[in-house]
Amino acid sequence: MRTQAEPDGPAIELRDATKRFRSSSGGVHTAVRNLDLTVRAGEFVAVVGPTGCGKSTTLSLVSGLEPPSVGEVLVHGRPVDGIPDGVGYMFQTDAVLPWRTVLDNVATGPRYRGVGRQKAREQARDWVQRVGLGGFESYYPHQLSGGMRKRVALAQTLVNEPSILLMDEPFSALDVQTRGLMQDELLRLWAGDDPLGRGGGAAVVFVTHDLEEALVLGDRVVVMTAGPATVKASFDVPLKRPRDAEEIRLTPEFLEIYREVWESLREEVQITRERGTGNAA
Amino acid sequence: MLLELDDHATAVAQARAVGRRRSLTVNAVRILLVVAVLGTWELAATYWIDPFYYSKPSAIWNRLVDWFTSGTSQGSIWTQIAYTLEEALIGFALGSVGGVILGIILGRSRFLSDVCAPFIKAANAIPRIILASLFVIWFGLGMSSKVATAFILVFFAVFFNAFQGAREVDRNLVNNARILGASRRAVLRTIVVPSATSWILASLHSAFGFAIIGAIVGEYSGADKGLGLLINHAQGTFDSAGIYAGMIIITVIALLAEWLLTLLERRLLRWRPPAAGSDAQI
Ligand SMILES: Nc1ncnc2c1ncn2[C@@H]1O[C@H](COP(=O)(O)OP(=O)(O)OP(=O)(O)O)[C@@H](O)[C@H]1O
Ligand SMILES: [Mg+2]
Repeated sequence: MRTQAEPDGPAIELRDATKRFRSSSGGVHTAVRNLDLTVRAGEFVAVVGPTGCGKSTTLSLVSGLEPPSVGEVLVHGRPVDGIPDGVGYMFQTDAVLPWRTVLDNVATGPRYRGVGRQKAREQARDWVQRVGLGGFESYYPHQLSGGMRKRVALAQTLVNEPSILLMDEPFSALDVQTRGLMQDELLRLWAGDDPLGRGGGAAVVFVTHDLEEALVLGDRVVVMTAGPATVKASFDVPLKRPRDAEEIRLTPEFLEIYREVWESLREEVQITRERGTGNAA
Repeated sequence: MLLELDDHATAVAQARAVGRRRSLTVNAVRILLVVAVLGTWELAATYWIDPFYYSKPSAIWNRLVDWFTSGTSQGSIWTQIAYTLEEALIGFALGSVGGVILGIILGRSRFLSDVCAPFIKAANAIPRIILASLFVIWFGLGMSSKVATAFILVFFAVFFNAFQGAREVDRNLVNNARILGASRRAVLRTIVVPSATSWILASLHSAFGFAIIGAIVGEYSGADKGLGLLINHAQGTFDSAGIYAGMIIITVIALLAEWLLTLLERRLLRWRPPAAGSDAQI
């Protein structure tokens, strides 16, 4: 997993990718169209866009769960066919196994990948600690809070040491304080001394509808158009790391880049909103 | 700190006491109810209604005692019970294993389920009790015809639940497992089967009842041993107390099986949040 096909090539490449679904009424619904996106190895890209525009669909293309209708998707320089090696994906909705304890949930990935039970548990125990769930190893998901379940999902994904990490609004269901904590934690785990493997860390695609979150976390923020989504603009985030999620949002640099990106995003949100009221009428 | 601990202990003790008092009352009312019904029946049968048709609790009790101490018209009562139980258990085991396997396979394969759908609907529409007569012709008066009846009843009950359970597996969980590195087989073993388990276990409760019904009905249609034969014989001799006594034995067996299944269910579904209204909270 750590050996990549082309060490200097991009981690993810979408080339003119389009995804259509058959809609329930029998027609064809285009979820994303002519998508061009490149993510470097170790880069943290935050993706924002209006609701329903096709952000989750984009991630499912990269993860190999859905093939593109047109165009190409490459991961580590290879066309995606099935689920590529080294991909981790935190889904928008909870996907922890309700019948496994926290520890066994986190050990799931290594077990699937052929690690022995004892070894997998050791790795899992380590990650349970790292996401701050020490002491809850033997709890079942229904005994945890929403925020704790998200941590389980995070540990479950990270224990596989992905070189590509896809995250779909992982913290949107959390309250503001917990979200801030989780953002800090994610940054720490991503950039930390060793956690995600190499010094460079994993390539992250982080989908959110919260622009503040996108700017706090990302090296780059990609704005998508109203559905069917395509890349509207890409902004480099000129904020130094390491960042503190709570403090950085009060700096003048933050406000400046926020205003700039919001200008771009607002139009798309507006379009989506008008469509929504149009449909309702 | 000590005070808090004390408080906690008191709260727990109080909650326990409340719970104990409640269950005591519930049980007392239950016993009262049984005594009232049996007493009324006994009195009515002694003074007003004809015990020849309706029997009465004391006669049924005497019949049970008689069966267990000096045997039945067909031989030892234990032989009859063991015989019926064996038929029911074999039918139950075969039927539930077959139902689970076929249900999960069809539930996971769109193509197969589309192909088989009309046949399964048709098979399910057949009044299955009638099959018992057919099985007697096919398999004779021995055990296999009863096992076959029990099997058919159990199979359909379990099959539909396993099918539904396998079909309603959360796509998200399957996708997540695939991303985490699961092979197709691993998805089946670690996602599909556990998700379907609560559906399957729910069906096993009624399925054991069906297995007993299958065995008894089978014996009814023709047999040389078993509780069904005993009841059939009682019917033939207008022995209403015998019919009730047989009924009670079967009920006790079914309740015991129900209890065992509940234990199994608790063990397998430990992960589930307790149902609303149960006592995880105080
Ligand atoms: N499996 C599918 N079948 C049919 N249509 C789909 C499917 N998945 C997504 N779509 C459609 O594609 C569009 C984009 O969906 P997607 O989930 O990617 O949006 P999103 O940007 O993630 O939205 P949100 O921010 O609300 O999560 C929606 O209109 C949705 O109805
Ligand atoms: Mg989404």
